[in-house]
Amino acid sequence: MSQNTFTPGIVAGRLDPGEYTANFADLHPPLDPHEALVAADRCYFCHDAPCITACPTSIDIPLFIRQIATDTPEAAARTIFDQNILGGMCARVCPTETLCEEACVREAAEGKPVLIGRLQRYATDTAMAANHHPYSRAEPTGKRVAVVGAGPAGLACAHRLAMHGHDVTLFDARDRIGGLNEYGIAAYKTVGGFARAEVDWLLQIGGIEVKTGQRLGEQISLEGLRGDFDAVFLGVGLGGVNALGFAGEDSSGIEDAVDFIADLRQAHDLAKLPVGRDVVVIGGGMTAIDAAVQARLLGALNVTLVYRRGRERMNASPYEQDLAASKGVRIVTNARPVAIHGNGAVREIELEYTDDELRPTGQTIRLAADQVFKAIGQTLTGDDLPARDGGKLAVTGPGRTSIKGVWAGGDCAAGGDDLTVTAVAQGRDVAEDIHASLTGKAG
Amino acid sequence: MANLASNFIGIKSPNPFWLASAPPTDKEYNVRRAFEAGWGGVVWKTLGEEGPPVVNVNGPRYGAIWGADRRLLGLNNIELITDRPLQTNLDEMTRVKKDWPDRALVASLMVPVNEDAWKAILDRVAETGCDCVELNFGCPHGMSERGMGSAVGQVPEYVQQVAEWCKKHTDLPVIVKLTPNISDIRKPAQAAKDGGADAVSLINTINSITSVDLDLFAPEPTIDGKGAHGGYCGPAVKPIALNMVAEIARTPSLAGLPISGIGGVTTWRDAAEFMALGAGNVQVCTAAMTYGFKIVQEMISGLSQFMDEKGFTSIDQLVGRAVPNLSDWQHLNLNYVAKARIDQDACIKCGRCYAACEDTSHQAITMSPDRVFEVDDSECVACNLCVNVCPVEGCITMEQLAPGTVDQRTGKVVPADYANWTTHPNNPGSCAAE
Repeated sequence: MSQNTFTPGIVAGRLDPGEYTANFADLHPPLDPHEALVAADRCYFCHDAPCITACPTSIDIPLFIRQIATDTPEAAARTIFDQNILGGMCARVCPTETLCEEACVREAAEGKPVLIGRLQRYATDTAMAANHHPYSRAEPTGKRVAVVGAGPAGLACAHRLAMHGHDVTLFDARDRIGGLNEYGIAAYKTVGGFARAEVDWLLQIGGIEVKTGQRLGEQISLEGLRGDFDAVFLGVGLGGVNALGFAGEDSSGIEDAVDFIADLRQAHDLAKLPVGRDVVVIGGGMTAIDAAVQARLLGALNVTLVYRRGRERMNASPYEQDLAASKGVRIVTNARPVAIHGNGAVREIELEYTDDELRPTGQTIRLAADQVFKAIGQTLTGDDLPARDGGKLAVTGPGRTSIKGVWAGGDCAAGGDDLTVTAVAQGRDVAEDIHASLTGKAG
Repeated sequence: MANLASNFIGIKSPNPFWLASAPPTDKEYNVRRAFEAGWGGVVWKTLGEEGPPVVNVNGPRYGAIWGADRRLLGLNNIELITDRPLQTNLDEMTRVKKDWPDRALVASLMVPVNEDAWKAILDRVAETGCDCVELNFGCPHGMSERGMGSAVGQVPEYVQQVAEWCKKHTDLPVIVKLTPNISDIRKPAQAAKDGGADAVSLINTINSITSVDLDLFAPEPTIDGKGAHGGYCGPAVKPIALNMVAEIARTPSLAGLPISGIGGVTTWRDAAEFMALGAGNVQVCTAAMTYGFKIVQEMISGLSQFMDEKGFTSIDQLVGRAVPNLSDWQHLNLNYVAKARIDQDACIKCGRCYAACEDTSHQAITMSPDRVFEVDDSECVACNLCVNVCPVEGCITMEQLAPGTVDQRTGKVVPADYANWTTHPNNPGSCAAE
């Protein structure tokens, strides 16, 4: 029998097949060549452009846009990849509204920035469609580097190291490499198997041996890697999920948002992916938004995102909040979960209103909930790691940890923004530092 | 609404907007539609002599350059004069003029340089009831290879000779259409006047190659792998045309020679500018080819509004009004001193003014770490480049330094009096003011 949006409980197949396809189509369809020319023409080619400063990877945005405007998107892509080898993914997932496009002078002038993200995608898609990898390796150095974690930081690090002639072994705990590009990120931001295609394209540089199913602390150890390799990069991300911290948290129907997103990204048939009728997502970041929006797109009748402070304090940008609202997600702010009600399986979640300083007001409400996603932050897991700083790996300079010969970057390292683009920048910069170290040019 | 009625060398039309001799005026169907749309006059597509008509290429006749969003900025054509039988055109002209007596109908003519040929065609067109003839000495492509068009317009003696023949063999007013493919436009204009022409019209199209196909390595438009130069027109040529019109208007020996202004007229404003520099009316082609005949409605409403705002009650009050302000460089006031001023509230901090000034001009704009751009008066020569490259209209302006203030660049007090190069001490040929 078929289910629909009114079916209680956590069930699959709430929608017609066509609705899944429509719901999970590209959030922003690619620009066609004429649209790209028109969008590119809006760039003022600013002096010392603010958008470059705002980009964590410092892509020369005015230059690549001018290269698009002059009908050489391949050259534009090279300008992008020189700074950000995952420029294709970043074009899709970067919160451009808080980075380059926020800094665009046309945002200040008209409230309409140049469409930098979509232009970047136009350039990188054009280049990658040719399936030509534009970089080649330097003469082999004979040095061996272990890169642990094949997410954005690890991939960027591995590519840059390989380019410099080092032999890289890329370890990842999962079956597939890509990290959050493969297992995180809303599906409608990276359609058509792009994450996998990008990894395949990146690996064309050669010199990177991929080993999956290798979890640090299980199949491999930092001690062992330090003995086997000339340098080690840790880009392991954040494997743990914060707990709500009250009774009933182990009720059936309470899940980690990252697992839901990963299942969704790996699903071959979205119609077979179960989702609740009344879904509550706890959290105010991108993971919470991605989980909430996708729950709606899978056919949940009611999706409520609950955040403990005011909207302006949410980590998710106003753009993302609006996206969620436009998909029918209800955003409840200044509320924190205090209890789960139900007999083994969640039936209701009880919230208490809080002020912006998180002081409880004593006022409580209950929401119907047959599925609750936790998205209140992730934590670094694992023992036998370098020294920490506030739960993450302490780093100085370009990702140097407390252990000589061990670098770290991406979400597991302290000080980042937990963005794909930041991870790429860190991985790249660590690679340069490792290269300098291994070739005796370290400063 | 201001009265736009036009009387150009005795030819009356309800407004000064005529369609130029070109593809849009090649046949009755088009011209009737143009008049219905509101055009004041039409110069019919150029007629050749009796006999087998010319033929056109069967590949592309036009090339173009575009701005953003494919806005057409310049057009180039290699189309020849009408390729329809002479009698067909004459019959159609007769019918149209009969039905539209209040509109100007002008016959554009191009025949070989001999008196009999010109007499023959003049006799034929006179029967149509047209108001005037325009001698096409301008087309720079194709017909010029056969000794007509710009091949005539480039030789002032021919211009004068043909003008004389035409004045001798017709009672109709004669307009000579000039080619811009010449070093001094005043020479053929003078020849036309000396030959008795009633007016000149200019400019015809400019020798041009719009682009090169970098795969075929062939000029565009490309016909079977080859390209020939064409005639350039559209918004891109307007500055060239304005200068040529103005040169004629301000030359004493040409004073009073009526001018029909042509060259990139796209809006009412373009028309007003041509008229301010001395054109009695304007002729339009590319704008109509780009957007259709309806644009004349904007031209009519825009010029009317402008004249109302200026208090002009007839277009005569507009024609030539800017001509006295056209000067030789040597007579420009060297005591006029201006400085760039940046409106910080309007500035969007793109830094283009800085890049332009720092890289290519006078290093007169400073940039602070927080992207505040300011003018250094001690370096600013008021070149205006920052104004021109600024994407925000009105953000950067040139402000005059009041006489009596000190110019920080020169350290000198700005004089109140006027002085120019002719009296400047650096000029070897200067003579002290008496």
